[in-house]
Amino acid sequence: MKELYLVGFDDTAASRRAVDFAVERAKGTEGTVLLLYVLEWSPYSFLTNEEIAERKGRRREELSRAETLVTPAAEKVRTAGVDCETLVRFGNAAELICEIAIERSADQILVGRTGDSPFKGRLLGSLVVNLAQAAPVPLTVVP
Amino acid sequence: MRRLILALCTLAFTFAGSAFAQENAAALTVDERISASVRPFLDPIVGIIFFSVPIFGVDFPLIVGWLIVAATVFTLYFGFIQFRGFAHSISIVKGDYLDPKDAGEVTPFQALTTALSGTVGLGNIAGVGVAVYLGGPGATFWMILAGLLGMASKFTECTLGVHYRNEYPDGSVSGGPMYYLSKGLAEQNRAALGKFLAVFFSICCIGGALGGGNMFQANQSFAQFAGIFPAIEDFGWLFGVVMAVLVGIVIIGGIKSIARVTEKVVPSMAALYVGSALVIIVLNIGQVPAAFDAIITGAFAPTAVAGGVVGALIQGFKRAAFSNEAGIGSAAIAHSAVQTKHPATEGYVALLEPFIDTVVICTMTSLVITITGVWEPDSGVSGIALTSQAFSSNFAGFKYVLAVAAILFAFSTMLSWSYYGMKAWTYLVGEGKVKELLFKVIFLVFIVIGSSLGLGPVIDFSDAMIFAMSLGNVIGLYFLMGKVKELVNDYNAKRKSGEIRKIGV
Repeated sequence: MKELYLVGFDDTAASRRAVDFAVERAKGTEGTVLLLYVLEWSPYSFLTNEEIAERKGRRREELSRAETLVTPAAEKVRTAGVDCETLVRFGNAAELICEIAIERSADQILVGRTGDSPFKGRLLGSLVVNLAQAAPVPLTVVP
Repeated sequence: MRRLILALCTLAFTFAGSAFAQENAAALTVDERISASVRPFLDPIVGIIFFSVPIFGVDFPLIVGWLIVAATVFTLYFGFIQFRGFAHSISIVKGDYLDPKDAGEVTPFQALTTALSGTVGLGNIAGVGVAVYLGGPGATFWMILAGLLGMASKFTECTLGVHYRNEYPDGSVSGGPMYYLSKGLAEQNRAALGKFLAVFFSICCIGGALGGGNMFQANQSFAQFAGIFPAIEDFGWLFGVVMAVLVGIVIIGGIKSIARVTEKVVPSMAALYVGSALVIIVLNIGQVPAAFDAIITGAFAPTAVAGGVVGALIQGFKRAAFSNEAGIGSAAIAHSAVQTKHPATEGYVALLEPFIDTVVICTMTSLVITITGVWEPDSGVSGIALTSQAFSSNFAGFKYVLAVAAILFAFSTMLSWSYYGMKAWTYLVGEGKVKELLFKVIFLVFIVIGSSLGLGPVIDFSDAMIFAMSLGNVIGLYFLMGKVKELVNDYNAKRKSGEIRKIGV
């Protein structure tokens, strides 16, 4: 039974731990690991005139920078003998992870725990808390 | 960068210092000195732009008629698109047509809010005060009418702005009247005329950036500030220097965080302003019918206004045009970088601008002035002072809020216009660090000049330069409106065929 593990990846130590954990699970199920890199973006944020004029170029830069981070991580997964796909998207991390989990019928979502204090998490809106509320499939938080 | 800032500050202070030295020599204040030295240059420009013909015994500036005629022509030519397309505009701004694949690109909402931050400014607070002072409550009626008509002008220019924009390999986008005038007319074998109009527009746009986008803003935010602290009344130049240093830190020093903070505060300020206006209107709900009566009577049969109906009409039209900038061409610069599958969508988005700016925000201001009954003909209380008095008659402390709002509005409008002016400048002289720095320094010097002068000369010069932009722009729009029609027809055909449709429907 092939399973799909959706991992929220942002090249932090926490997210790399989540990838490693997913690789271990995937080995047992001949599953695939899907690395999703989210570039935070709101269509309603305010931009200055300069930012608007340069947006198209900036977007391309941001995408290619994300690719350079996510590609080596994917290579590492593949050398461990596990199938790996990558996705880079703009938007809200929690929303996108849920959306893609449904779209790709993922079996599990895995994210790393950043280790922020609960207070900071409440204040700034933590990804893990948001996912726990809204995840459409089982969620694993890797410490 | 730091050296630049230092050089700039030195420059600003030398400027202020030398003015100060002159003050000791003569018994004039610094502000009067600055005023006396620049007026001989400003006044002739004002005279040319505001060439007026007497109609029923009142001087009617031809340029005001020019804009209203243009707005009316576009309204008829596009079959009242501002009413027929209104719901569609809202739907686009809401994001109903956003392709998820394009996430990360400039959305229509972002283009609209950025363009609005350039137009929602002191024109809505102080400009309306001037209109009501000179034109009476009836000016409101004409202002709203001009705002509604202006929506069609914005539709036309912003559709063209997107269609003829330049996209560079590095992903940056440039657009605006200089590009649609030169490229659009070249398509019609009128390349020379197009080039001429583009250059003419650019020159006027630099003037508009220095005038309405700068001096007027500095002047009126200082006026409100000095109204609270009368002790600083003669120190307009000092206020100007402080403001110039702050703007300089952003546009020369590249400290974007200040700009970002301002931009985040400005929308809430606008909400606070409109909210307070609504509260005052509700508190005085009994006066509302009388106010509407005063507005309608004033529009068609004013008594205490110089020039009667025409006087009220001119003031209303003038301040509306100055505030929402429809037909002026400035908004097309901000709107042209949007991500869209069809240029016409941005026209629909842009037509909301005069609505929000003039029909909603300006009307709030003039309703508050009319309802509170603070308007007195020939009292000398005009501009932001009149608006401040009106708001303060219900909330004693509101003048402080208004002062903060005025400074923030002025600041964000200045930043927007420094960008528009810069775009026009680089179109003329080419890009380059030194050339750009030169423009920025000139821009900063005008902040000091603007806050030193009285309202009269500043408002005249500001109006003159802003309106001059419309000369070349509107001629171009007449030539190109057939092209816009083509684009709109194509767009509507695609909507009908389902090629362009709401996402997820």
